[in-house]
Amino acid sequence: MARPEPILTCEHVWKIFGKNAERIFDGVPSTSEITSEDLRAASLIGAVREATIEVAEGEIFIIMGLSGSGKSTLLRCLSRLIEPTTGVITFEGENLLTKSEKEMIQIRRHKMGMVFQHFALMPHLTVLGNVAFPLEVQGIDRNSRHQKAREVIDLVGLSDRESYYPRELSGGQQQRVGIARSLAVEPKIWFLDEPFSALDPLIRREMQDEFLRIQSVLSKTIVFITHDFNEAIRLADRIAIMKDGAIIQVGTPEELVRTPADSYVEEFTNDLTKSKVFTARSVMAPKDPSLPSGGSVPDSIKIEEIAAEIVASEQPYDVVDAQGNIVGQLAREAVIDVLVGN
Amino acid sequence: MIPAHAIGVYRRNSWLLGWGGAFAVAIVVWLGADWWQWAVKAPKELSWHVEALGSCTSVRYCVTGFMKWMLGNEAYLFPWTFKEFTRAVAACIEMPYQFIRALLSTGFEIPLGNGEIWSIPAVSWIGLTIVTVLFAWRIKDGMLAVIVLLSFLCLVGFGQWESATVTLASIMVAVPIGIVFGVALGILGYRHKRFEQAIMPVLDLMQTVPIFAYLVPVLFMFGFGPVSAITATVIYAMPPMVRITILALHSVPFEIKEFGKMAGCNRRQITWRVLIPSAKPGLMVGVNQVIMLSLNMVIIASMIGAGGLGFDVLASLRRQAIGDGIEAGVAITLIAIVLDRLSQAWAVRGTAHHPSETPRNWFNQYRNTAYALVILLATTAAGFVVPFFSQWPETLELTTGQFWNDLVKWININFFDQLEAFKVFILLNILKPVKLFLLSLPWVVVLLFLAVAGLQLGGWRLAVLVVSLALFILITGQWEKAMITVYLCGISVVFASLIGMTVGVFASRNPVFKKIVIVSIDTLQTLPSFVYLLPVVMLFRVGDFSAMVAVVLYALPPAIRYTLYGIENIHESLVEAAKTSGCTRWQLLSKVQIRLAWPEIMLGVNQTVMFALSMLVITALVGTRDLGQEVYIALTKADVGRGLVAGLSVAFIAIITDRLISAAARRRKAALGL
Ligand SMILES: Nc1ncnc2c1ncn2[C@@H]1O[C@H](COP(=O)(O)OP(=O)(O)O)[C@@H](O)[C@H]1O
Ligand SMILES: [Mg+2]
Repeated sequence: MARPEPILTCEHVWKIFGKNAERIFDGVPSTSEITSEDLRAASLIGAVREATIEVAEGEIFIIMGLSGSGKSTLLRCLSRLIEPTTGVITFEGENLLTKSEKEMIQIRRHKMGMVFQHFALMPHLTVLGNVAFPLEVQGIDRNSRHQKAREVIDLVGLSDRESYYPRELSGGQQQRVGIARSLAVEPKIWFLDEPFSALDPLIRREMQDEFLRIQSVLSKTIVFITHDFNEAIRLADRIAIMKDGAIIQVGTPEELVRTPADSYVEEFTNDLTKSKVFTARSVMAPKDPSLPSGGSVPDSIKIEEIAAEIVASEQPYDVVDAQGNIVGQLAREAVIDVLVGN
Repeated sequence: MIPAHAIGVYRRNSWLLGWGGAFAVAIVVWLGADWWQWAVKAPKELSWHVEALGSCTSVRYCVTGFMKWMLGNEAYLFPWTFKEFTRAVAACIEMPYQFIRALLSTGFEIPLGNGEIWSIPAVSWIGLTIVTVLFAWRIKDGMLAVIVLLSFLCLVGFGQWESATVTLASIMVAVPIGIVFGVALGILGYRHKRFEQAIMPVLDLMQTVPIFAYLVPVLFMFGFGPVSAITATVIYAMPPMVRITILALHSVPFEIKEFGKMAGCNRRQITWRVLIPSAKPGLMVGVNQVIMLSLNMVIIASMIGAGGLGFDVLASLRRQAIGDGIEAGVAITLIAIVLDRLSQAWAVRGTAHHPSETPRNWFNQYRNTAYALVILLATTAAGFVVPFFSQWPETLELTTGQFWNDLVKWININFFDQLEAFKVFILLNILKPVKLFLLSLPWVVVLLFLAVAGLQLGGWRLAVLVVSLALFILITGQWEKAMITVYLCGISVVFASLIGMTVGVFASRNPVFKKIVIVSIDTLQTLPSFVYLLPVVMLFRVGDFSAMVAVVLYALPPAIRYTLYGIENIHESLVEAAKTSGCTRWQLLSKVQIRLAWPEIMLGVNQTVMFALSMLVITALVGTRDLGQEVYIALTKADVGRGLVAGLSVAFIAIITDRLISAAARRRKAALGL
């Protein structure tokens, strides 16, 4: 399957904190040769090390890692809120790092939106004022910006709260405002830095559903950060796993579970309910025409959703692709294996 | 590696060596006092001969000369001369002040072409009272409205309205200027680390130089009058605003700043649309501070030309007619309380959503302002018909002046002996001996002790700092007066700390008592420092003893507050652990609570010293012979050099104490692992 053109890429990006951080690259032929020991010897902090990713148009790209692994720093490098120490970042085919301050302001005003972990709502503005704020700083007149703001407030389901102040809202509602605000300018790319981490588990789940619903309407290109592997699995098209500033593995949820790059990635996948990740296609066996068929399931469906039905049936099910061709079959034993986690 | 106990031994030895050595030198100097006169008696002011002038000069003559040169037409503050600059500043202050004063107090007199004068009366007191009461009600509650109403009625009823509005006019000019400059400098400091580093020591100095010392150069530049008074008020009230602005901007959540950038704000938009509004609660604390400090300056500013209530108090102090001053003093306090509560209520006023969607239009947005204007206009216009609206009838004015004068008389007749005995006892047994002792200390020994203390507590940098500050006092010939300041301040601080700690400890054990104490010290702190002098002078007349009592009263709140805070901040589990190991209440207090709270208590003592010093200078008015008196004399003679040198000396005493005590508190904290 050919992936669409990447809209945002970063290559060999480093962000090193500390005095004279850039000097560490002096006389080094390739940045990848710098090791943790080098950094430690120079008493520098390598928050992002040699990060290379490509984000395709319209996909949900998730950056996952424990706290302190450099996710936020990498995300802020992508929007140049933090200046990378070295590396290349391209957005829509142009090098972002050579843009002037003025050009960056224009790019951020029209093409980027960001949602923050602690909402970052302005306490002195109402919901409407907050959502309209990015439009206001562009100098858009009051009526059109309020009209646009009301549209997105409607999208996140807060139309009855538009004249409230942030502190009059619950955490979940506040983050809905954050989401609406970041969407008001119709950004090309949407950054979310642990948007649901500050919320209660129940609300978090509800917000994830809400997020997926909004995405189904808007189909944005998304870079989403989380430290919660289950959240990543639920939402991602692709996941990049970070550890100590470096990206260890990039792949679809299924690829990560099936072929973890190292024991660190495996750790995450261990306590995962695999039936939520694996699709019918990934566990099916070749079609044995001699066996009678108990029914048929689409190949992209998650095992979780069909497990009960197949386990209850004597005969294996056919797996059919989008065109209706039979591509394999799914026996009860294979499903049980997935369910018990083998 | 050196074992830990060895370090301990070494530390203790160096400590012994330092202090032991210092004591040895002290004894030697003392024994040899007859041979080494120069080391005992502080030298005269250092002066040197200048060939060009053909005369001697010294630090203070240099300062005076410099000021004169600035004010002459030679000094250029591009593109104007300094003199043109001061005139421009004066005009900027004078015009709004005259306008507001006319509006609130005197009314306008507009000459018409044909020689007639069209006079517009000042705003009616009834109108202003109603509007302020409604305002209080709207931003807080009925309680505040009642406080405002009663305060205003007091002002009117006791015949203080006229002076109060004059005072209010100068406050209303000084406060906005202080806020604008404070915020502007604060923003600069926030943006540029260098600027912050440069401005912080200046602010430190501004807050430690006694207020009187500002008055002299200001007087020199702007002459006697409201402009000088307002300028001095601004200089005094602004520093906390700068600090608070920097702090508030730094404490805007990180993500909000990032959001500002992501929304594509440019630099200006980030500052004015994102940072300042988000920092508003913090900034409002600063605004409150500016208001309170401006009010604190009211009486002092009247020495250089502010009229109004301050002048009334000052005049009565000078005449020693306490009764007349008390009403004006109370009036200032009432204004302070009202403005304090109003500004605090305004700061935390909850903006809630408007449930019913009122159509947004000009009228709805400014409806309350419009009503207020209508009330003001209507009541003022009514004054043309009914005189009551424009002025409270004199026949209805109450006065308590006679009562206070009688009370003083009565106290003096009936309790003179007791009061006098108490005063003489303290004077003879505590004040005099300490004073004599301090004055007889050889300056060499004092410097040595300072150096040792600096070295022990904070290393050689601290030692160099405190010794050079003390040397300044020495070479400008202020040593003796400085010692008197130290003696008065020292004794007051000891008393204030002892009383403060005791009260603090008791308050920490009894919630009801604590509430009472907190309300009282909050109220005490809204009183302008001068007000403390009135009752003290009433009871004890002028002199060192009165000064000490006033200083103790003024410096008490921080000692109480910090003790209370220190004890309450001890971790619950530590107290429980002590209780379970069977401590009695007294043991708990002496072995656990006081020890752990000690660093906080020391900071409280530090604050007490700062408060004491600032009050001490004011007590020069009741006849002390210290640096405060020196500043005061300089003020009456408009001698810039003398005033600044003496003022700086007070500031340096404050800085020396502050640095030494803070260093000690830090060490103690580190030792306790807090
Ligand atoms: N401004 C900074 N200065 C120094 N170190 C920083 C700074 N910002 C982040 N770091 C360090 O970089 C590492 C990555 O931080 P961050 O990107 O916030 O991690 P994450 O978002 O994955 O929790 C951490 O070790 C953090 O301490
Ligand atoms: Mg983070």
